[in-house]
Amino acid sequence: MQDFTRRALLQGGTALAATGALTGPALFEFAKAWAADSPWKAEPGAKLTVMRWKRFVPAEDDAFNAIVAAFKAATGTEMNVFSESFEDVQPKASVAANTGSGLDIAWGLHTLPQLFPTKVLKMNDVADYLGKKYGGWTDAAAKTCKLGDDWLGIPVTTNGGYMTYRKSATDKAGFKEFPKDFPSFLEMCKALKANNTPAGFALGHASGDANAWLHWILWGHGAYTVDQSDKIIINSPETMKALEYCKALYETFIPGTPSWNDSSNNKAYLAGELYCTLNGISIYVAAKTDPSKKDIAEDTYHALHPIGPVGKPSELQLVFPILAFNFTKYPNAAKAFIAFMMEKEQYEKWMDGAQGYLTQTLNAYESAPVWTADPKNAVFAQASKRTLPASGIGTVGEKAATAIADFIVVDMFANYCTGTKDAKGAVAEAERQLKRIYR
Amino acid sequence: MADVVVASQAKPQFREASAWDQLKYNRNWLGFWFMLPAMAFLIFFLAYPLGLGIWLSFTDTRIGRVGQFIGIENYQWLWDDAIFWLSVFNTLLYTIVASALKFAIGLYLALLLNENMPFKAMLRAMVLIPFIVPTVLSALAFWWIFDSQFSIISWSLKHLGLISQNINFLGDTTWARICVIFANIWRGVPFVAITLLAGLQTVSPSLYEAATLDGATRWQNFRYITYPLLTPIIAVVMTFSVLFTFTDFQLIWAMTRGGPVNATHLMATLSYQRAIIAGQLGEGAAISSAMIPFLLAAIMVSWFGLQRRKWQQGESND
Repeated sequence: MQDFTRRALLQGGTALAATGALTGPALFEFAKAWAADSPWKAEPGAKLTVMRWKRFVPAEDDAFNAIVAAFKAATGTEMNVFSESFEDVQPKASVAANTGSGLDIAWGLHTLPQLFPTKVLKMNDVADYLGKKYGGWTDAAAKTCKLGDDWLGIPVTTNGGYMTYRKSATDKAGFKEFPKDFPSFLEMCKALKANNTPAGFALGHASGDANAWLHWILWGHGAYTVDQSDKIIINSPETMKALEYCKALYETFIPGTPSWNDSSNNKAYLAGELYCTLNGISIYVAAKTDPSKKDIAEDTYHALHPIGPVGKPSELQLVFPILAFNFTKYPNAAKAFIAFMMEKEQYEKWMDGAQGYLTQTLNAYESAPVWTADPKNAVFAQASKRTLPASGIGTVGEKAATAIADFIVVDMFANYCTGTKDAKGAVAEAERQLKRIYR
Repeated sequence: MADVVVASQAKPQFREASAWDQLKYNRNWLGFWFMLPAMAFLIFFLAYPLGLGIWLSFTDTRIGRVGQFIGIENYQWLWDDAIFWLSVFNTLLYTIVASALKFAIGLYLALLLNENMPFKAMLRAMVLIPFIVPTVLSALAFWWIFDSQFSIISWSLKHLGLISQNINFLGDTTWARICVIFANIWRGVPFVAITLLAGLQTVSPSLYEAATLDGATRWQNFRYITYPLLTPIIAVVMTFSVLFTFTDFQLIWAMTRGGPVNATHLMATLSYQRAIIAGQLGEGAAISSAMIPFLLAAIMVSWFGLQRRKWQQGESND
């Protein structure tokens, strides 16, 4: 549902961005020169089977395919690339890890490499090479891929979601500047509701949107599902405060948010019924590319998440790590490809194709042209820096991924906000579910 | 042929039938051989997956990783899992309400369509439409119809001035349950109606004529002729209807994903969420396996229902 809708919304952006990609001979020349100097020489006759997540933005896919083609031409490596929807990437990668065949490279979501740390090719040299060359890795990105001192994969990019709002509405609500802390954010939402220009955030089983904003609220209050040693600590006074705050916010929302999935806020916002939400840049891009939505696009701005009582950013953004399996016959080709795709000449063009949907994990790309091409994109450049790993402060790995996929935190908040359960009951249920997962 | 007879007379000693001969010529074995392809088919496609599912429920298998046998641990965790029991409640509510209404509406429609009326064939064909549309498509249509912002129902009522706020169809627990049950009924009625209609057509008109001559009312016609003759079909149709409803997945997944706050999570959707989305195959299999007793119970009820019908009609023995 989610990718279908977003992709459809973004279809319009294709032609615009595709022209920006480094194409044809120039890219090929660079690729040849790069291959000659590269520390990783692709094995002769190498063949790589690469699985990636299915793109939202066609132009991003085009740019990626151009990178693949250039790499193939320069190194003679046979490249077989296919994409899978978000839900299918992890199971298929797991099966490959399990059977020791089928894939050489898998590019997935969240903490994928942590699921089978003994089956991946260590990427320490690639991470060092890229990190040194491009100003180091952001903290959360590194955590996502590291086990001890070893890099199990390379965090390629982050899909950032930020406050997307109609400036005319927030101005009218008396907030010339988007709120920076929780109390004033609540005040603004109240005022938005009073003006009949409500905010709305998904409280349904929306894997992306609901998890993102509710973890932000939870972590913003200094509450976490588990501590550093994976001990369950959800039952805490901080969680209670988060619940109370969330309920107060919920009362200002547009009706129906408990039924929302990942595409609901996009639709409501673009229909002019929703005035503030948390989303990837897709809403803005869709409005920008649709001439009939010109006024919405002009009125739309982005802002960072307000900071909670914990006093530091507590965002949850989606990291996309790439990994190579250690049973690949062509480890050098795999490393070469991963390093190649993250070189400036490819990476910046590729980010252009994504139109702000994807954020760099290497600090040097903060100055990438995509962030200045449209000042409204700029906020999204922060995504990799301000996010926590999907596990919060706990250990990254499959249990944390399961807790997110199973909507434990989402259901806890939804239970309390909709009045289905009292605060104690909602927390008790979440605690019980976490015990099941972390047993 | 004659040669053979002569020869066997000439040499009267019989060879002992070997085990191989038995397998080749014994009629019982022959029957077994002919059944084998069908059996292999059933074992491979029905028994094996079922057995595997039950086996998985006793392990801690995750997607892509072989699990260890952990006995009934998954079931122990489910036993005091409030969400699991909520899904059981939802499933029972969904099945009972939807099946009862599907039966009532289906029977009514069947009786109606059995009457003589203009465009009979066309009307009968039209009733099937909801059944023909792929489930996911109709679910998507309902998802739009019940959308919290863009519902056509809310929109119409608002423009008629009857309500001032959108109805929170899929965001309110009670409304959401009503909506998914409604969608299920809409989809399931044609199956019940058309099958019952087929049953009605087998009832001989002479029975009604005789009854009418005896002064039977329309209700008596239905109660003492139609209904008893229809019971075997009703038993079969309702068994299928209950099984389909109990194991429904697509409608719920496309419309609510089990939300709001798990109010429409059925056992099938919860099993999918835990097994496939969250990757815990063992636990998901345990939830699926927990459906088996309920399904068996449904089958038993209809089976005994069939037997009772025979008894009603005065047939002997069983």
